[in-house]
Amino acid sequence: MAAGSKIVAIVGTDAVSEAMRQINPDLVAAYPITPQTAIVETYSQMVADGLVKSHMVAVESEHSAMSAAIGAAATGARVMTCTSSQGLALMWELLYIASGLRLPIVMPNVNRALSAPINIHCDHGDSMGARDAGWIQLFSENAQEAYDNTIQAVRIAEDPGILLPVMVLLDGFIISHSIDRVELLDDEVVANFVGEFKPAYSLLDVNNPVSVGNFDGLYGYYFEFKRQQEEAMLNSFGVIKEVGAEFGKISGRSYSLFETIGMEDAEFAIVVLGSAAGTVRHEVETMRAKGIPIGMIKLRAFRPFPARELAEAISRMKAVAVFDRSNTFAGNMGGPVFIELRSSLYDLEKKPLLVNYVYGLGGRDLSIELINKAAAELAEAARSGQVKQSINYLGLRE
Amino acid sequence: MSTKLTDLVQKPQFLSGGHRLCAGCGASIVVRQILMGAPDDVKLVIANPTGCLEVSTTIYPYTSWNTSYIHCAFENAASTLSGAEAAYQSLKEQGKIKEDFRFIAFGGDGGTYDIGLQALSGALERGHRLIYVCYNNEAYMNTGIQRSGATIMGSWTTTSPYGRYSSGKKENRKDLTAIAAAHNIPYVAQGSISHWRDLVRKAQKAFATDGPAFINVLSPCHRGWRYPMEKTIEVARMAVQSCIWPLYEVENGKWSLTASVKKQPVEEYLKSQGRFAHLFKGENKKILDIIQENVDAEWDKLQKRCEQK
Repeated sequence: MAAGSKIVAIVGTDAVSEAMRQINPDLVAAYPITPQTAIVETYSQMVADGLVKSHMVAVESEHSAMSAAIGAAATGARVMTCTSSQGLALMWELLYIASGLRLPIVMPNVNRALSAPINIHCDHGDSMGARDAGWIQLFSENAQEAYDNTIQAVRIAEDPGILLPVMVLLDGFIISHSIDRVELLDDEVVANFVGEFKPAYSLLDVNNPVSVGNFDGLYGYYFEFKRQQEEAMLNSFGVIKEVGAEFGKISGRSYSLFETIGMEDAEFAIVVLGSAAGTVRHEVETMRAKGIPIGMIKLRAFRPFPARELAEAISRMKAVAVFDRSNTFAGNMGGPVFIELRSSLYDLEKKPLLVNYVYGLGGRDLSIELINKAAAELAEAARSGQVKQSINYLGLRE
Repeated sequence: MSTKLTDLVQKPQFLSGGHRLCAGCGASIVVRQILMGAPDDVKLVIANPTGCLEVSTTIYPYTSWNTSYIHCAFENAASTLSGAEAAYQSLKEQGKIKEDFRFIAFGGDGGTYDIGLQALSGALERGHRLIYVCYNNEAYMNTGIQRSGATIMGSWTTTSPYGRYSSGKKENRKDLTAIAAAHNIPYVAQGSISHWRDLVRKAQKAFATDGPAFINVLSPCHRGWRYPMEKTIEVARMAVQSCIWPLYEVENGKWSLTASVKKQPVEEYLKSQGRFAHLFKGENKKILDIIQENVDAEWDKLQKRCEQK
């Protein structure tokens, strides 16, 4: 364990609040929504108790939360907000403005299903809806990763070669409201790791006043700006890995774009992100102990999507199952991770069979039995060289 | 602070000439008169919602703003600026910023009365030290003259056209200045570019206010109101004189009229603009009486508020 660290038993929202306290941003603008609420409450208390220098803007909506975050970030301040579900949906137009203005805002989003019907439990439909908004999206398996990702997000967002907002994703209730073992770093270690933000432009730079958010006119540079955003996303592959490795030095926990388990000798594998990775890992390890040649990939970065490296990692497999906690309603195209991964494989000469399991919508439990059912079907596909049904709903009442 | 013309013309100009607003546009006059009220020793951050003023003054890679400026989206100038102001307070408290800044939003009636009302209300309620100025041209002019919550009853717009079954906008406007005052913020005022000394004085008070200030300024638009472009100031003055746009302020809850007027019939004002031309024909004439009744009732209410102890 790193010097000065301590092990605590806390829920996921507290792990995020602790990371925010240690990052100590200049400003937090947020609006409460289940299941993110506890982050706003706890952080408000931290501000009230003088534990942070942050100013807290308790806005009247998520739309204003992101608007205020954008205005604040344009002053060169370090800015955070957080939300869930409908709140993220209400921010939608501003997500594009935050990334388009290249403002390194960090936002934990506690994943929750989108209405209707109104449902407060976990799925990834909210953040998947924002997948093309130009934000970096990092998924977390547990409270520890939510804490670690929040701290790393600051460094990734503010990297001069990136300057993109970052969403840290943690599963509603499963992570946000479950007590977990979390190793908290020393305050000073985190402060040194995130460092000071040195913005290139600021509304408060008296020697160099800037106009932010100009009109692109009729023959403007919109296309070039959007191309630059893609370039920043490309740069982020390397930076996410560098920051993840550097974080390993201060914490003993290194991070990359994704994590592999048993892929070196597996014949088939499951790709999964979020809290389900924990349950899937448990089952994969149990099966491997019995000699079943199964492996697993836990995806951390959904944006940027590490297509090339993922394709490499699974190219030797006979069959791969992709677990998606959201759907795209595209007419049996499957979930977003499945669609991206299938697209990543297109150019490979030798590629695995691919099968999709949409699971857990609206918080439906992903039981061990369901994972084993999917694993058995996957093993059969690998053996027979055939996929019975490519899009499957796991745990659906039919 | 002085409101002498000889002093005001010496003030720095923050909105440069060469912007793409129409000749005779009220909005740039609103900006200039308001910013003439800024103290000399402060720096400014200006915000616009999406609208005429924004698209005409910030065509990339140029800007007409000789000071810091931000545009974010249509409905959120108040919340965007509130974030900038709060960040400034944080940075100032930490000693990272030395200079004194003031934060001013200029929004049209679309971005203020309608789509931006929630963000405005939130920012006023939270007590940010910012000035929100509505340049009210009584319709969505940037998208081509559509009705807004500020459009006067009977007005023609492209979404409240007159026709066999319509005599223009059916509904009366909302009283946004009173809505702002109902937030019990330190300073609220209604102004007109025709009464520049009154408006500059109101701006000076707003800049001196340690908290939110809101100023609603009538900003005639000759394209939408259908009058000759050189008549902008004259039309604004007629609005004040007819009491369809009275000048007043609400300072720490105290309402007071700020211009003495000899109330003129509203008909003369309406006659000056093509947007009301259909009201002077046939059946529609009864709308003229309703508009006059509305003006009389609102004027009575305002006078009573201003007399209150």
